[in-house]
Amino acid sequence: MPLEDKHIYTVSQITQEIGVIFENTFGNGIWVEGEVSNFKSAASGHLYFSLKDNTAVLACAMFARANRELKFKLQDGIKVICFGRIDVYGPRGQYQLIVEKMEPKGIGARQLAFEQLKEKLFKEGLFDATHKRPLPFMPFRAGIVTSPAGAAIRDILGILEKGAPCVDVVISPARVQGEGAAQELAGAIEELNQFGEVDLIIISRGGGSTEDLWQFNEEVVARAVYNSKIPVISAVGHQINTSLCDLVADIFVETPTAAAKIIVDKKNSFLSQLAGLRYELDFSITDIISLLKNNITALRHTIKSPLDRLHEKAQLLDDLSLGLSHNMRQLINITRERACSLTHRLEALSPLAVLSRGYSLSMLMEDESIIKEAGKVKPGDKIKTVLASGALISSVEEVIKR
Amino acid sequence: MKEKQSFEDDVKKLQKIVEELSGGKLTLGESLKKYEEGIKLAQGCSQTLEEAQRKVELLMKKDGHASLSKFEEGSGEKD
Repeated sequence: MPLEDKHIYTVSQITQEIGVIFENTFGNGIWVEGEVSNFKSAASGHLYFSLKDNTAVLACAMFARANRELKFKLQDGIKVICFGRIDVYGPRGQYQLIVEKMEPKGIGARQLAFEQLKEKLFKEGLFDATHKRPLPFMPFRAGIVTSPAGAAIRDILGILEKGAPCVDVVISPARVQGEGAAQELAGAIEELNQFGEVDLIIISRGGGSTEDLWQFNEEVVARAVYNSKIPVISAVGHQINTSLCDLVADIFVETPTAAAKIIVDKKNSFLSQLAGLRYELDFSITDIISLLKNNITALRHTIKSPLDRLHEKAQLLDDLSLGLSHNMRQLINITRERACSLTHRLEALSPLAVLSRGYSLSMLMEDESIIKEAGKVKPGDKIKTVLASGALISSVEEVIKR
Repeated sequence: MKEKQSFEDDVKKLQKIVEELSGGKLTLGESLKKYEEGIKLAQGCSQTLEEAQRKVELLMKKDGHASLSKFEEGSGEKD
């Protein structure tokens, strides 16, 4: 074939054509797994490295925008799975993988799926603190979603029997691992909600590997927990990873034992609260009674005081009456003495006493008036003359005036 | 559930009585009455919590109806 009949590409043209072929073949993106080598982190934030296996090497670039999402540290020697598209880099005549997502190999696609679901549920608000319901006042009936033959139910029943035997248990049975277990778990939660007569739900299983626990990461379980009208404690029994069930539940603990202990603690805290209230009752009533006692004592004092005053008055009265009778006696004596001396004096003044000395007393018979002047008498008047002993009646012969 | 409701009510009643009694605005007669009532409530609530007659039941669904049956502990294989 002559040279002029051949189609001759320029380098740029062929590079562009190759680019089109890659675009048509791998345009929707591809997953590639391999070992990281030649890793370089540029100041711009872009990452450059190669993926290799035993027989080939693939140049890779992960730009800053994409690697912000990277959840682990990239380094030479680790095995990764990358998602991206093949791009032709003309200036070097190289094709390379422009990496958009990267996961460490081992956890892989399932982990990726988990992360994606987690992200989705988070955005929907399934993990919101505002949706978390408070635990009931006192759970007297607990619904347990687990395998009736498993270790979890044995642990829970054991703890409750010892610590809170007042709590009834309703087991809503479900397989906790294997195909279809997630649907059973979700169904068991819904059935307890329909049944309604439990105060809280514990969804639980014993320990196990991450693989065994996968059912608790299923969307259907997460949604059933979210939609439960009854508060849910998740006790899925492992510490390494938090399951989606844990994140949606109102409370999550690591073991079935810990979940049962929440109920026991609640009961015990009520018991001590009740003891406290009883103490307060006793304290208050003792207080009230002693206060009243004090009041009565105080009142008694105020009553005693006038009584005292009455006694004082009585005493005073006694003193006064004693004094009075003493004074009266004295007064009587003095009076008696005075009367005596007056009698003597009176006796001395008595006309009879004068008469006994020889004097006499004359009075007109007419009016018995004592005659002190001769002029008051006329001759012929009858007069009576009183002597010390006896009396004379005589007629006046002559009146001699002076 | 009935038990739970009355327990909750009783605890709240008890708290109210404690408040009233510590408020000191009651007569001696009223106080003694409240005290007696409070002690009764506290004893009742404590008793409820210390009761040891629990039931363990299995919730089963038959023909769309949920029913409870007694749960035999320790039966079945380990998972």
